[in-house]
Amino acid sequence: MREITYADAIREALSEEMRRDDSIFFMGEDIGVYGGAFGVSKGMLAEFGPKRVRDTPISETAIVGCGVGAAMAGLRPVVEIMFSDFVTVAMDQIVNQAAKARFQFGGQFSVPLVIRTPSGSGTGAAEQHSQSLEAWFVHTPGIKVVTPSTPADAKGLLKSAIRDPNPVLFLEQKLLYRTKGEVPEEDYVVPFGQAAVRREGRDVSVITYGRMVARCLEAAQAAAAEGIEAEVLDLRTLAPLDRSAIIRSAKKCGRVLIVHEACQTGGVGGEIAATIADSEAFFWLDAPIKRLCGADTPIPYNRHLEDSIVPQVAGIADAMRSLVRREASWQPR
Amino acid sequence: MNIPREKLMELYLKMAQTRRFEETAARLFTEGKVHGTAHFCIGEEATGVGVCSALTPEDLIAQTHRGHNQAIGKGMDIKRMMAEFLGKETGYCHGRGGCMHIADSSVGSLGANGIVGGGIPIAVGAAFAQRYREQDAITVCFFGDGAANEGAFHEALNLASVWKLPVLFVCVNNYYAMSTHLSLHMNIEDIAVRAKSYGMRGLSMDGNDVVAVYQATLEAKEYVRREGPMLLVLNTYRIMGHSKSDPQTYRTKEEVESWKKRDPLLLFRKRLLESGDFEAPELDALDARAVRDVADAVDFAESSPEPKVEEALRDVLA
Repeated sequence: MREITYADAIREALSEEMRRDDSIFFMGEDIGVYGGAFGVSKGMLAEFGPKRVRDTPISETAIVGCGVGAAMAGLRPVVEIMFSDFVTVAMDQIVNQAAKARFQFGGQFSVPLVIRTPSGSGTGAAEQHSQSLEAWFVHTPGIKVVTPSTPADAKGLLKSAIRDPNPVLFLEQKLLYRTKGEVPEEDYVVPFGQAAVRREGRDVSVITYGRMVARCLEAAQAAAAEGIEAEVLDLRTLAPLDRSAIIRSAKKCGRVLIVHEACQTGGVGGEIAATIADSEAFFWLDAPIKRLCGADTPIPYNRHLEDSIVPQVAGIADAMRSLVRREASWQPR
Repeated sequence: MNIPREKLMELYLKMAQTRRFEETAARLFTEGKVHGTAHFCIGEEATGVGVCSALTPEDLIAQTHRGHNQAIGKGMDIKRMMAEFLGKETGYCHGRGGCMHIADSSVGSLGANGIVGGGIPIAVGAAFAQRYREQDAITVCFFGDGAANEGAFHEALNLASVWKLPVLFVCVNNYYAMSTHLSLHMNIEDIAVRAKSYGMRGLSMDGNDVVAVYQATLEAKEYVRREGPMLLVLNTYRIMGHSKSDPQTYRTKEEVESWKKRDPLLLFRKRLLESGDFEAPELDALDARAVRDVADAVDFAESSPEPKVEEALRDVLA
C-alpha cells in the first residue's frame, strides 16, 4: 500500500469530503495561499476556491463562532485553529455555545462543526504553543475529542468527524505531521469510540493515545527483548472513550501503565485509571495502576528541559519493567 | 405612517403580548411557581417587536437573554414560551433551557444566549450560511450595550464586514450593563460610531418608537442584503431590574419615572389614536386579546407535564 504523511492524510480526508459534500467549507488563519501554518491545506485554495477555503482575520472567537452559526444554519464547517493553545481565545464559543446548543435548545439544532488544531510539545515552541489540553474538553459534555496517532487513522477519523452531527475537537499531533504510514486510497471511516490494540501482549497493558502511541510501541519492543510482552492500546478518541477496551486489556494483562503527554493532574489518565478501578478489572490487577504523564508544569523552551518533562521511550520502557518486575528504580511522578 | 393597518395592529398586539407575558411571569415568581430566573424587557418592547415584524420567516435572528419581545416579534408561540419558563416538557426546549435559552428553529430563531455577546459570532456564521447558499434572507443579531464591550463584538463585526455578510447588528442600548451605566462602561455616547471602525454603516435612533424601528429595519434589511452588514443602535430603557434579584441601587426613581413617561406601548397607542385610523375600543380589544393569550399560555404551561428525569441525558449529543 502507498505511504503518505499524517499531514497529507488529513488534507486527503478533508479534500475528499469537500468533493463529496458541498455544504462543507474550511476556514482559519493562513489556510489559503499560505497553506496552513503546518502546510496541511497546501493546494486546497486552488482546488476549491475562496468561497470554500477562507482565510480569516486573527479572531479565534469569530472563527469558531462563525462555524457554530453556520453549522446551526445547515452547513458543515471545518475550522482550523493554528495551535491548540489558541482555543483558549475561543473557549466561550466551544464550551458554552457549540457544546451546549443541542441540549439547551431541546434538540432543535445540530452543530456539525469540526475544529482541527495541532496539539502537543516537542518543537521548542515553548509555553503557549505546546500544550495538550484535551482533558478540558473531555470534561465538557456535548463535544467529541479525537486524537489520531497514525496517518491512516488521521484520514479515517477526520472523515468520521466531518460526517458527525456533533461538534468535534480534532487534535492533530504536530510532531506526527511528517511521519509516514500506509493509508488506503479508497474512502473509509474510522468510527469513534473504538480503541485499537496496536500490539498484543500479556504482561502489561499500556494505555495511551496520540503521539505517545509510537513511543509506547518502541518502548514495548525494547521491553520484549527482555521478555516483557506489553500490550499497547491506542484509544484513538477520548470522547467517546472505549471503556470496554480499557477494561478488557487491563483484565488480560493484570498490570496497567497509562501514558500521555498532557500533564498528569486532572488529566485523562485519571479517568482511565478510575474506569479500571471501578470495574471488575480491579479484581484482575496484580499491581497498582501506574501513570506516566507530562509533568505538572508549563512546557519549557530548552530542548533538554522540554524532553525531561514529557514521557520518552526510555522512561516508558523503564516504567514497564518496573511494573512487571516490581523494581524500585522507577518512581511514579 | 404609510404602514398597512394590519401591520400596525400586529405591532400593537405583539407589544401588548410581550408586556402581559412579562407582567404575568413576574407574578408567577412572586407566587413561588418558578424555579429559575428571567430577564424582563419591559420598556424595551418596541425594539424586538419593531425589528422582527419587519422580517420574513426565512430571516434568522440571534436573541439575547432579555428577548421575550424578540421571540414574540418573530412569531414564537406564547404557550410554548410560557411552558419553557415554567420548565415543562411542552416548552420550546423541553424545560432544558428556560427563558435564557429559548429558541424556535421553525420561525428562524437561533435562540437566546446566556453569555453576553455570545450570539454575535453565531449570527455572523448564520449570515455566512445564507450567503453561501445564495439565499435572499438576512440574519439579525440582537445584543445590548454591555455586549458591545466584549471581544466577540469586535471580532464578529470585523469578520462580517470583511466578508460583507448579510447581517444586521441590532444593539439594544438600555444604558445599563447590568448595573453599570453607559457613561461608566464606554467613553462614547453613541454606540453607532463604532461601526465606522469596521468600515460599516452605523445608525442610532429612538428605540421606543415602534413605527420608526419597524421602518428603519425595513430599510436596513435592503441595505444589508445589498451592501453588507450594518449596526443599528436602538436607544431605550429597562424599566425593571436586571433580573429578579436586582435591588436597583444604581439608579434613581426619578430616572425610571422619566422613562416610564416614554413607555413604548403608551406612545404607540397615543399615536394610533391621534392618527384617526384607530378607535380606542379596537385597541382595547387587542389588549384584551393579549391578556387572554397569556392566560391561556399559563393554563397550558401549568397543566403540562414535567420533563421525565429518565430523559435528563437526552440531546447531550446527537
